[in-house]
Amino acid sequence: MKPFRLFLCTALLLIFYGLAPLQGQENGDCFSCHSDQSLTGTRKGKSISVFVDEKIFAGSVHASLSCTSCHADLEGKELPHEGGLAPVNCGTCHSAEQELHSKSLHGKAVSRGDPLAPTCRDCHGTHNILHVKDKNSPASPLKVPFLCGRCHQEGAPVQQQRVIHQDHILENFSESIHGQGLLKKGLIVAPNCASCHTAHSILPHTDPASSIARKNIAATCTQCHAQIEEVHRKIIKGELWEKEAHTLPACVDCHQPHKIRKVFYDQGMADRDCMRCHEKPDLKASRDGRSLYVEARDLAGSRHAKVSCSQCHSQVNASRLRPCETIVQKVDCASCHAEIGGQYLMSIHGKLSAKNEQNAPTCKECHGTHTVLGKADPHSATFSTNVPDLCARCHREGQKAAVRYMGTQHDIIERYTESIHGKGLMKSGLTVTAMCTNCHTAHAILPRSDSLSSVNPINLPATCGRCHHGIEEQFDKSIHSVLVSKSGKELPVCNDCHTAHTIRRADEQGFKLDIMTKCGRCHEDIAKTYFDTYHGKVSQLGYTKTAKCYDCHGAHDILSVSDPRSHLSRENVVGTCQKCHEGAGRRFAGYLTHATHHDPKKYPFLFWTFWGMTALLIGTFVLGGIHTLLWLPRALQFRRRETLKKKEITSDNKDANDGD
Amino acid sequence: MEKQVVRFTRLNRILHVIMIVSFMSLALTGMTLKFSYTGWAATLSHLLGGFESAGYVHRLAAVFMIGIFVTHIVDLSRKRRREYPSWRALLLGPDTMLFNKKDLQDLLGNIKWFLGLGDRPKYGRWTYWEKFDYFAVFWGITVIGSTGLMLWFPEFFTKFLPGSLINVATIIHSDEALLAVGFIFTVHFFNTHLRPEKFPMDMVVFTGMMPLEEFKRDKPLEYEALVKAGEFDKYLAEPYPPIVIRTIRIFAWTALSIGFSIVVWIIYAMLFAYQ
Repeated sequence: MKPFRLFLCTALLLIFYGLAPLQGQENGDCFSCHSDQSLTGTRKGKSISVFVDEKIFAGSVHASLSCTSCHADLEGKELPHEGGLAPVNCGTCHSAEQELHSKSLHGKAVSRGDPLAPTCRDCHGTHNILHVKDKNSPASPLKVPFLCGRCHQEGAPVQQQRVIHQDHILENFSESIHGQGLLKKGLIVAPNCASCHTAHSILPHTDPASSIARKNIAATCTQCHAQIEEVHRKIIKGELWEKEAHTLPACVDCHQPHKIRKVFYDQGMADRDCMRCHEKPDLKASRDGRSLYVEARDLAGSRHAKVSCSQCHSQVNASRLRPCETIVQKVDCASCHAEIGGQYLMSIHGKLSAKNEQNAPTCKECHGTHTVLGKADPHSATFSTNVPDLCARCHREGQKAAVRYMGTQHDIIERYTESIHGKGLMKSGLTVTAMCTNCHTAHAILPRSDSLSSVNPINLPATCGRCHHGIEEQFDKSIHSVLVSKSGKELPVCNDCHTAHTIRRADEQGFKLDIMTKCGRCHEDIAKTYFDTYHGKVSQLGYTKTAKCYDCHGAHDILSVSDPRSHLSRENVVGTCQKCHEGAGRRFAGYLTHATHHDPKKYPFLFWTFWGMTALLIGTFVLGGIHTLLWLPRALQFRRRETLKKKEITSDNKDANDGD
Repeated sequence: MEKQVVRFTRLNRILHVIMIVSFMSLALTGMTLKFSYTGWAATLSHLLGGFESAGYVHRLAAVFMIGIFVTHIVDLSRKRRREYPSWRALLLGPDTMLFNKKDLQDLLGNIKWFLGLGDRPKYGRWTYWEKFDYFAVFWGITVIGSTGLMLWFPEFFTKFLPGSLINVATIIHSDEALLAVGFIFTVHFFNTHLRPEKFPMDMVVFTGMMPLEEFKRDKPLEYEALVKAGEFDKYLAEPYPPIVIRTIRIFAWTALSIGFSIVVWIIYAMLFAYQ
């Protein structure tokens, strides 16, 4: 240190006294050449611009200094001077900073000759240096993250080629509460890189002198978080952080560097404090006497094992002896599960709950409280195979939800269990099979009449289409789809043919025989005439292989017969017949599949054939009947005579016998 | 035991029995389809092993029916070769099945007798109502058989006929069948079996013979002709033993019962469930 100071004093003496006569050099002299934009010089054999913008210099913090204050080697030299000036030594004036820098990671790298190491000018600039409090300075608080980020962002050579223990520093910082305070809210008092790492004395955390060394981190953080001991009550005396850092967790053990989130602490808020009371099985609420006992094991096995008590019971006040005494509101799951909470509020469950309906389920009715498990956990009540039982608690016939319901769906649990979906889920154990929440949604449950409901006719094709996507695509192009038919007539959707809770496989006999009456609910006349034809009669006898509505018209891709894409258009009808009647030709397709002999206008030849045959039948029976009836008295007469004759014979025989 | 007169050959009797079985099968399976909207039909279809097997039964029985028809024609031509010099002699002789002037006289005479205006006509080998029944089968097999084939092989027939003719064929097939079934199970049953002279049934078509007294009474002209020709004794035969008669009766009663049931069902369907 001493030789340096000696040197400094000597240099100053020389400047003020020894070299005084040469102070005639003015900045203007320098700018007479250096204001020329095309002026070049050479450095290390390369041609470089030596243009200096006079205006920018005039605006810089160094405007009042003369050029030679920094470019000291030109002091007293003849002008114009030779090239190859010595590097500017900022330490001449900023000796303290320079000393810190030279001991820092950056400074050591510079002295090692590391080409990536930053010098003063890399951060502060040269002729354009501004005060760090000037918002345009690259070293101003709001810009520091980007200044450091030039080298310390992902992809920069420093981050790639040097050993840096943290990654995504700039991203993480910008998402942290510090970064958001600084960058989003523009709080210049929010910490930037330099606040923790210092500006010039940047050292690795392993260096005991570093501001981020384990021993020092508490001091660094408490620069701002001065009353942190109050919040971190667990540490009885805050100073322990500083004094006995080796036995205590450092700030960064919990609050990861660069990722300091505004949300929750990993295991903060002292769950143990809560459990001190709540692990007692006989703990009861003073107001209504309900048990306040919390089974620690339940919590540990739950989805919220890593969530502390205070994250849900959020109104605790750490500074109270009984932190929970400030709690006045029930747990609001939506504080974390905000989107789901929003859905719930719009749902029928949420609306009823908002009206203080006693029976309306809240989160805990389905998810439980401390035992909450994820829906992927087979032990969870919300696991797919358990959901029907969960909903059945209220929706089984006679239960509290079922008694409120005034619609047409009854015995839904039993019917669902017997349906193809129910069998798939409960019997085959296929967890992907549709159950209650797949159709009704888990949290946005609404009655069918509500246009926002997933099972409202408008939305139903999309709801079923979540699994049956291919069918939905077909249906959306069909005449039954609201996207195609704009007539305003009521159109069928999935459940009108397939039902809601008793869905059967479409290749089951029951479904096949039922479909005609399903179509017939709207297409009444057409269904009736179908039953007049061979196809209809046969299917009425329970034969399923014969043509049913959808065999000819298509099931989901049904279109008007006049549509060229229809299965029954002129182009396609023969092919449709050939599905069953292999040898069918064009004339075969002329068979009237909905013919009736009751319509003389539409089918006169059938009408007259029928009545011709009927006339023949009636005529024959009338003639035959008259003939028979006329015959009857004669025949009876004959019969009586025969009986008499027989009697006579027997009595004659009798007489003869008696005579013997 | 009373003397019997042989009237039908063994082949004729066999054909009639096969025809009964075939006709009953066709009627049962066909009517289930025609009246498919009644509960009866569904039950019956179920009993017959479902619609599909009912369909097989129907077509199999139809094949038998056509077989009977062909066999009868072949037998007729053999009979012609054996017993008659020409078709003309067969068709225009006294024993012909064709309607002739005498049949018209008999019909009118019979109606007079019904009304008490004259004596009963003297019939020959075949009465006019027997001839009517015989040709009813000819007509029925032609009409029902041809339309039935169209319904069985629609792909083939629509190669040269319009498709809507299948609809027409359906109506004709079904209504002609209704006529046939109705006529056989009422008028034919009465004329041959149930009328008081024959009650409860005429066994002649099963045994092939009838009692001499009855023959003299019902077919006096034939009897006279046979006696005149001195051939009558050739036709006399001993009756079948009682066990055979009883077996025949059981069969015939079954057929009669099925026939009546079908008639009742048809009437019920037409009156109460018609669509």
